[in-house]
Amino acid sequence: MQYQLSGVVKNYGPVAALRGVELVVPDGEWLAIQGPTGQGKSTLLQLLGGLDRPTGGRVELDGMDLGRMRESRVAKLRAGSIGFIFQAFNLIPTLSALENVATALVPLGTESGERTSRARQALAQVGLADRERHLPSELSGGQQQRVAIARALVKQPRILLADEPTGNLDEDTRDEILELLERLWRQRWLTLVVVTHDSAVAARAERIVLLRDGMVA
Amino acid sequence: MGRMFWTYLWRELRRRARQAVIIAVGLALGVGLVITVTAASAGVQNAQAAVLHSLYGVGTDVTVTQPPPKGASSSISFGFRQEVSKIRSGQLAAGTKIADNELINSQYGTISAGSVAAVARLPQVAVAAGALTLTDFSVTGTVPAIGSGGGTFSSSFTTTEVTVDAVASGNTVVGPLSSGRITAGNPLPAGDPGDNPAADDALADSGYAAANKLHPGSKIDVGGTTFTITGIVSVPQGGNPPDLYIPLARAQAISASKLAGKVNTIYVSAASAASIGAIQQDIERLLPGATVTDSSDLAGQVTGSLTSASTLASNLGTWLSVAVLIVAFGIASLLTMAAVTRRVREFGTLKALGWRSRRIVGQVLGESVAIGVAGAAAGTGLGYLGAGLIGALAPKLSATAGTPPPAGAGSGTATGSGVAASLRQGLDSTATHTVSVPLSAPVAAHMIMLAVALAVGGGLLAGLLGGWRAARLRPAAALTRVA
Repeated sequence: MQYQLSGVVKNYGPVAALRGVELVVPDGEWLAIQGPTGQGKSTLLQLLGGLDRPTGGRVELDGMDLGRMRESRVAKLRAGSIGFIFQAFNLIPTLSALENVATALVPLGTESGERTSRARQALAQVGLADRERHLPSELSGGQQQRVAIARALVKQPRILLADEPTGNLDEDTRDEILELLERLWRQRWLTLVVVTHDSAVAARAERIVLLRDGMVA
Repeated sequence: MGRMFWTYLWRELRRRARQAVIIAVGLALGVGLVITVTAASAGVQNAQAAVLHSLYGVGTDVTVTQPPPKGASSSISFGFRQEVSKIRSGQLAAGTKIADNELINSQYGTISAGSVAAVARLPQVAVAAGALTLTDFSVTGTVPAIGSGGGTFSSSFTTTEVTVDAVASGNTVVGPLSSGRITAGNPLPAGDPGDNPAADDALADSGYAAANKLHPGSKIDVGGTTFTITGIVSVPQGGNPPDLYIPLARAQAISASKLAGKVNTIYVSAASAASIGAIQQDIERLLPGATVTDSSDLAGQVTGSLTSASTLASNLGTWLSVAVLIVAFGIASLLTMAAVTRRVREFGTLKALGWRSRRIVGQVLGESVAIGVAGAAAGTGLGYLGAGLIGALAPKLSATAGTPPPAGAGSGTATGSGVAASLRQGLDSTATHTVSVPLSAPVAAHMIMLAVALAVGGGLLAGLLGGWRAARLRPAAALTRVA
């Protein structure tokens, strides 16, 4: 699935977060969006994921303008084709690792038994088969991010959007997570967009886009 | 709703158990109060109905009386007034013993039997029966020496008044005996006894019979005639029966008030409740000057703690319940909104995963309704407890018919009163009669349903507000806010 952004503007009141971004992300590319804090990296990622709508310009995914799609269609697209990984992991604190992964299959209408089976497989792929009953509070930061990755990938999306996925992790854990992402990207031929301010993370990507003052530098 | 819905709901309620308990307790208090107040109100209404039934007579919809003629004496009998006149004129010497006993009509004007028949023929009237409410007045004593001291004349005589209701033989559908139950002996024989002295049968009220050691077969003097007690009558608790019941025809024959062919009260049963008003109007046209009243008129004249309790239950109780419910709903809504605010990141994440807003709203609603159901269960228990406490601890309520007489007015020394008498006493506003009734607080099934509906409604309201807030969250804003 290919992204094509043209003249994308995003304003938050008087503040311009993006000022006419032009960008193409081909299918299967690992793209790193790098730049200082407050330059619009996370905003751009949210537009790519349909979590927000641009003030101007077009964000197209395989020709579909995400900025003009009905919310229900965007939600459906997110449910089936786009996986997210967040810096703060964003796991549901009351649900176990297995249940957290299974939440990604709920909007797809997957039957309960199959949900559990697929969530268990996803956890095994990230090396947490023995932690499926643990609550997030009972897992380390790296383990929580692995659960989040399993949750993002359990529905077998074509696109994976990661916002500072290693921002809360130490270096060793960061490297583990990056290796895991790289392996999954290669295995599944994902389109992987990673927002980061960490050059070590960006260095793993096929291409790096630098965002400065709301524009691609 | 799948397994995830219930798992998520249960875990979330466990996570914020303290908050959930506070909301549930608030709803439970409101619901419990509503049940208790409603039950108490129903109990008061039952007590009012019992009082009105016993004062008015079961099955009687309208009563008709005539005001007493102007200048009529309230209690002193004509015979005794003659004796006093003789004493003052010297015809009765000091030391002469006097034993005077007369059955008199002292409170109301009379109505002819023809009027009773005319009322019975009115459209919408099911049954009409005439009756007499009389007083058996006895004076005994010895004539004192005139001029030996003004204060000794009246103190030389003992007066006794016994209330007597005279009813048409065999009529228990409407009138004084309609709310009574024979607890010993037999009812008055059917058929008109006419002037037959061999048929001088009477019924005694259970309270009067116990106080005077009367039982079936006992003899009692009424209006100078000896009657045989054939049965004992008990009226429902809270009632105010006369002391004795005698056949109407015998009362008309022996009364000193010249009552042949006359009654002083007509008891009317309407064919339907809707026709009572029309019947009242017809009777007022038929008998101009008559006092026509129904049970609602009497209810308006009943005062005392029963009325106060009714007012308390319907006013303060209702508003207190509404206030507590509003507070409970408010707390539930605020806490739910606060919980949603704390879960912004959670809901934003779920939206990012593709969860539709309505599913998230459903999740919030489900949690709130679950708390509401818990509140309903606890509130029902509290309501039963409150109603039980009222039944166990509430003092008896009093109901007073009529208004107190003005200071200095002579009201006689009534030692008893009758069903019809208490009605008339309530209406002529020169006498009062007070009865006491126990207060119960019955909890009806519809109250439970109301309680469950209220609590679940409170939960729904809170959930809808919380869900509305959750639905309005844009995932990007939710995620940005916590980033």
